[in-house]
Amino acid sequence: MMDERSRSEASPQLLDLMNRSEGKCSEERKLELRLGPPGGEEWSHSGKMKKSNTEREESLLSLGCFSHAILNGFQSKDTTPPWPSYHNKASSFLQFPSTPPVMGKEALASQACCPKVVELQNNDTKVFSPSSANTAVSQPNTSQKRTAPAPVVGWPPIRSFRKNLASSSNSKPPPESSQHNEVAGKKPVDNYGKGLFVKINMDGVPIGRKVDLNAYDSYENLSSAVDELFRGLLAAQRDSSAGGAHNKVEEEKAITGLLDGKGEYTLVYEDNEGDRMLVGDVPWHMFVSTVKRLRVLKSSELSAFTLGSKQEKIALDSAMK
Amino acid sequence: MAYTFSFPEEVLEHVFSFIESEKDRNAISLVCKSWYEIERWCRRRVFVGNCYAVSPMMVIKRFPEVRSIALKGKPHFADFNLVPEGWGGYVCPWIAAMACAFPWLEEIRLKRMVITDESLELIAKSFKNFKVLVLTSCEGFTTDGLAAIAANCRFASFIFLISQVLNLLDFNFVFELVLNKGHKFESKLCLCLVNLRELDLQESEVEDLSGHWLSHFPDSYTSLVSLNISCLGNEVSLSSLERLLGRCPNLQTLRLNRAVPLDRLPNLLRRCPQLVELGTGVYSTEMRPEVFSNLEAAFSGCKQLKSLSGFWDVLPSYLPAVYPICSRLTSLNLSYAIVQSSDLIKLISQCPSLLRLWVLDYIEDAGLYALAASCKDLRELRVFPSDPFGLEPNVALTEQGLVSVSEGCPKLQSVLYFCRQMSNAALNTIARNRPNLTRFRLCIIEPRTPDYITLEPLDSGFGAIVEHCKDLQRLSLSGLLTDRVFEYIGTYGKKLEMLSVAFAGDSDLGLHHVLSGCDNLRKLEIRDCPFGDKALLANAAKLETMRSLWMSSCSVSYGACKLLGQKMPRLNVEVIDERGPPDSRPESCPVEKLYIYRTIAGPRLDMPGFVWTMEDDSSLGLE
Repeated sequence: MMDERSRSEASPQLLDLMNRSEGKCSEERKLELRLGPPGGEEWSHSGKMKKSNTEREESLLSLGCFSHAILNGFQSKDTTPPWPSYHNKASSFLQFPSTPPVMGKEALASQACCPKVVELQNNDTKVFSPSSANTAVSQPNTSQKRTAPAPVVGWPPIRSFRKNLASSSNSKPPPESSQHNEVAGKKPVDNYGKGLFVKINMDGVPIGRKVDLNAYDSYENLSSAVDELFRGLLAAQRDSSAGGAHNKVEEEKAITGLLDGKGEYTLVYEDNEGDRMLVGDVPWHMFVSTVKRLRVLKSSELSAFTLGSKQEKIALDSAMK
Repeated sequence: MAYTFSFPEEVLEHVFSFIESEKDRNAISLVCKSWYEIERWCRRRVFVGNCYAVSPMMVIKRFPEVRSIALKGKPHFADFNLVPEGWGGYVCPWIAAMACAFPWLEEIRLKRMVITDESLELIAKSFKNFKVLVLTSCEGFTTDGLAAIAANCRFASFIFLISQVLNLLDFNFVFELVLNKGHKFESKLCLCLVNLRELDLQESEVEDLSGHWLSHFPDSYTSLVSLNISCLGNEVSLSSLERLLGRCPNLQTLRLNRAVPLDRLPNLLRRCPQLVELGTGVYSTEMRPEVFSNLEAAFSGCKQLKSLSGFWDVLPSYLPAVYPICSRLTSLNLSYAIVQSSDLIKLISQCPSLLRLWVLDYIEDAGLYALAASCKDLRELRVFPSDPFGLEPNVALTEQGLVSVSEGCPKLQSVLYFCRQMSNAALNTIARNRPNLTRFRLCIIEPRTPDYITLEPLDSGFGAIVEHCKDLQRLSLSGLLTDRVFEYIGTYGKKLEMLSVAFAGDSDLGLHHVLSGCDNLRKLEIRDCPFGDKALLANAAKLETMRSLWMSSCSVSYGACKLLGQKMPRLNVEVIDERGPPDSRPESCPVEKLYIYRTIAGPRLDMPGFVWTMEDDSSLGLE
């Protein structure tokens, strides 16, 4: 039941495409969609040709989608067939500065059946020169300057504890083994290569915490994480100072308004130049790359600490330590 | 007339008791009604790959004598932060139902699920014979829940794999409870802590509390089998640890954390020479000959040691200390070790029995060449990126390294490889060299990177992989890919069970090829591809034969989702969209994320505000 694959079930009316011939062999197997040029045979290095399956084609067509034009679209024998790109599609796609400029005709190809696609595909001349297009994409050392693309969520697909390995210890491997190597760090370093941990302290709470900034991708997430981290501790502090019994349910209240100045507390950070800044002013990835420490201050105390001032920095440094 | 003969039930049941695998048991249950009945009464282990595919009551009704259950919650892409917080995966209803129905439940294994304190308390109170709790990548609980487990459970084995917010103070608290409440650990204790977050205490308190919990193991406690504290941030009391290790003769696995200094490692090792798996702490200290020889001697004393990991902050001069045991090593995890290729080569060349290697790309092509020459038994290779977000390559690791390994290691089955360039020729070579590959995950770090030699898409390269590796079960694609690669996959990927796709394809044709061609596909996860409605709708029936489909940043419209949900009552079509209700936008507007999974439990009731399950026809008209 849990992982059964009961393929013998009848398919619902709408979707009869699950009928497949059993015992097919690749040579005779018919694909419903033909990916060769009209009349062309060879398209794969293994030399097997897949022919259309009219039955399937029809059912697909019944949904009003694929036209023959698209099916016969690709010019396989060219070394670099033109292919449509979809970069001007919905904003959710990756903004990639080094990709080739989008050709208007191609943009339509990704979804709709479109006569313009036919026109494109049947055109012998290449729509855009692949080499110029691909140069930009593939080679990091072209003359075309590459700016850092906006960080893509979840890419490359590695877990957060692997993300900061290079920056957390050394960025380069130590020199080749020799007898007289320098003393390696004796004290455990702050970042254990499992994430981007920064210390965070809160006014009124003697226990500091650490947050892994790699686990968040926005200020909102960070703000809720800070609330979670300190809510209990803050309540505990209040309780112990009030001398009352710890009553979790009633006394804990959410720490809100950390980013907009409206809450009782405000989130600030110290950057790599030692300046104290309000959290939220710069783009997230910029914040992550420059933040060294976080602090949750009482909003009423904010004016006492001049943000970004060097003079205060000395006072702040001692206060934060 | 058919001749039927059957064994008495008891005989069949006895025969079935030798069948462990779920797949086999599922097959048995399909033979005939009486076998179904007999099998269901004697099934002891249940695996639910998607906790929303079936309801707790259904499981309980069918398998009344379950002793061990495994549940998985969130989709795989949750590991990379693609599933918003609060999506779901709550285990609470399962615990509540099983508390009544399975009083003899012994094991609970959860992956990517949310488990609350209340659930932990319920586990502690309800299952008198409870033995094993494994929580992998789970979240949602605090000290209180763990304390409840600790206080109430009598364990035979107790495994904790925690991958979330459990800080040191909480942990100390738990252990005080565990060890001071006077209950007994009956035989074995396996304790494994993974990915703990740190607690930053102020100076003096750090020294007191950080090692505190270890000293709470009573002197009479001798049953430790496995201790993994590799992700614990703070220091632990080494003297306590030494004493503990010294009195636990059954200890097989010891994974230390980074804070354990190298010069203390020999003392620890001497107390547990029977160790099979070791994770070192920081692997550097002042270079002193006596420290080195001490370490080397300690390693030599561990005659059973087969697996090594740890190796943070490696000082290469100390690597030779492990040489005495290298010949027996079968598993080596150097994925935190920042070591130059030449030093890695010296180490790996001494490990002819290696079956598994995890390493950073500092190994470079030269190192992989050496690996191929020395480790002829290698089954699994994972090469992780040292600088995943850098724009330029920082190491000399190319496709050539993987080609070398594919040439030199005839038993290689499983590959995870991060690199910055690839060619069709290389993939072709790899495929022809290693048709026995079962898992092939290639991540070319920059999306849509073409063949760096020909500038073509990598379609034919991956095509070669699926064509030649006929037993390929798992495949992850990357690089510049057109619809053609999916045609190859649909044609040849007949045993493929899991496929991960990102930034690939041109049109619905691509998705259609996969859905219509891959007979054994169970899990498909797609992000940032131009796949839309048509392929999905045309292959809707296929989705019922799979565990799940994830699509994010694609072009599937809300209208198509609705249609799919309407027509397919046995699928849950979940639209995940943090922009607000999808019907506040035109129906043609693409949804942010889509998670479709087969289920016989109907739409779930625990969805957060940003998840909508598309209703099927039968449920319309309610309300």
